[in-house]
Amino acid sequence: MDLISLENRYGDDKVYDACGLIGIMDVSGERFSGRDIVTGITNMEERGNGLGAGFAVYGCYPEYADCYAFHVMFTEPDSRSQVEAFLKENFVLVHAEEVPHQILPELPDPPLIWRYFLHANKKRVVEEKDGDELEYIVDKVMALNTSGLGAYVYSSGKNTGVFKGVGHPAQIAEYFGIEEYAGYLWTAHARFPTNTPGWWGGAHPFALLDWTVVHNGEISSYGANRRYLEMQGYHCTMQTDTEVMAYAADFLMRRHSLPVEVAAKVMAPPLWVEIARMTPENQALARTLRQVYGGLLINGPFTVIIARQGEMIGLTDRIRLRPLTAAARGDRLYLSSEEASIRLVSPELDWVWMPMGGQPIVGRLGELIRPPVGATLSIAAQTLTCAV
Amino acid sequence: MRQQKQRLKIDATGIHYKDLNTRLRQAVEGGIEQIDLSNVFGQRYIGTDLHRPVEIYIHGTPGNDLACFLDGPRIVVYGNGQDGCGNTMNGGEVIIHGQAGDATGYSMRGGKVFVRDDVGYRVAIHMKEYEGQRPTIVIGGTAQHFLGEYMAGGVLVVLGLTLRPGERHTANFVGTGMHGGVMYIRGKLEDYQLGKEVGQVPMEEADHTLLRELVQEYAAHFDRDAGDILSQPFTKLIPLSSRPYGRLYAY
Repeated sequence: MDLISLENRYGDDKVYDACGLIGIMDVSGERFSGRDIVTGITNMEERGNGLGAGFAVYGCYPEYADCYAFHVMFTEPDSRSQVEAFLKENFVLVHAEEVPHQILPELPDPPLIWRYFLHANKKRVVEEKDGDELEYIVDKVMALNTSGLGAYVYSSGKNTGVFKGVGHPAQIAEYFGIEEYAGYLWTAHARFPTNTPGWWGGAHPFALLDWTVVHNGEISSYGANRRYLEMQGYHCTMQTDTEVMAYAADFLMRRHSLPVEVAAKVMAPPLWVEIARMTPENQALARTLRQVYGGLLINGPFTVIIARQGEMIGLTDRIRLRPLTAAARGDRLYLSSEEASIRLVSPELDWVWMPMGGQPIVGRLGELIRPPVGATLSIAAQTLTCAV
Repeated sequence: MRQQKQRLKIDATGIHYKDLNTRLRQAVEGGIEQIDLSNVFGQRYIGTDLHRPVEIYIHGTPGNDLACFLDGPRIVVYGNGQDGCGNTMNGGEVIIHGQAGDATGYSMRGGKVFVRDDVGYRVAIHMKEYEGQRPTIVIGGTAQHFLGEYMAGGVLVVLGLTLRPGERHTANFVGTGMHGGVMYIRGKLEDYQLGKEVGQVPMEEADHTLLRELVQEYAAHFDRDAGDILSQPFTKLIPLSSRPYGRLYAY
């Protein structure tokens, strides 16, 4: 028997590297095709090993803008009728279709993926969640993901889509026809799985409601974070550490309404020696956050791009053990593991800077892009053509 | 009369780093002495494995581990460097007309790196020296945290030229675990910014001589006024012990 093809079916002989990530946002809200994000992430293919790639896009379903767009992956195709019965029971089903794709020989055994455009069943929202529609959606996503049916909702926001699978970024982009979608905010990922399986559900981005997360690093506090989130009703089913970041973002910034800057101090808190030098008010805040939300301290090296409607957030761990470069050109904000990928998309940049560890870089619709005060940055007007 | 140097131009658009480095190797073996690379977008390890004093001019953004194991060439970058520039470099020169990323000069053991602007985290981490080999890094701007972490040798200079008037270096944990070599930082650092393993000592005549030479080199590369730069006081940092963790596991 050919053991290699059995145990290493994707032929990933490469055993070292790091994930790559990139995000592009147009803060004026102008939608642009997936071409740039595909160019950017493909340039960092070296960082991944073909065991996962994916894209998130905001503003991609204008014709169903007020519907929750569920992307459902079936590892058990036979369960589709049961899943659809569940959806019809709990939602008003506006439209359903298989996610368009083209079969590629390089991507063996892709799972069946459908998308459903849904309105919540208002009566049930009132009965079950006292009218809180978003809590209702979270509840139903968790119910399906833990149902044992072999069906996973990995995208559930309005006018938002996650497209991901096992393959290199260029392959996944071709599989889903990413360049044919348009949005005002895109994130992308090239995966190098460290200690969790490379499967379609484990590729990035991870999503809940309109939150998406792409991540480079290893969350060594995964167990502690997961236990904390389980107590709040979030269930981890994707077998990958990054999943907790998506749920932590939802918990802190939606359910507890913390501003991004405060949520960043929960996930990447200042070191105790830094807290000791703060003003009494800031010390009180920092200590309180560590006490109240200790279970959501994200330990280990990480760089993440967290996004939701109207907002893109770049964040690294507090001592920046993974790279992040930020750049801006006009209304476009770029975040990437490597500057070269940004330059490939936009050779001319107004600003390029390296954000400090634990300091969130936030792009918002309608807000001007400005590097943070005191950021290490360089004005980057360079000609890239060879002048000699 | 000396013949004009043999020069080659390569447009790196779409070329994978393995192929690009192979072409560089073949060119150098064929006697090329100057190479112009245009449209560089993230190709890694440029300049590795060449072993001759060729000159490479890079236009664009070279990828991680630029000049990795460099041993002789002189690399000039018109753009920014990414992470790990000069990783374990042994000899030669890297001159970056822009900024450079994390871990610049990582484990460097010889040669010189000049960065015009700022650098990221952990610059000169594990830089080391041995007998005649004394690696040198000169940063024109300022650095982020963990500058000179576990530094075991060599010379690290930070000029702070990108700081605005009244602005200070903000790097913390400077020289954490440092146990060899020397740092010269233009401007002042507070005690809390230093790792436990380093101390400030007064500049001596030999320090001024070395610093003058390096600043003059920096100024020549980037068209600055060396006298102007040297008119401000420098802070000299050296390790307090050559074996800071020697007793870590000794009970």
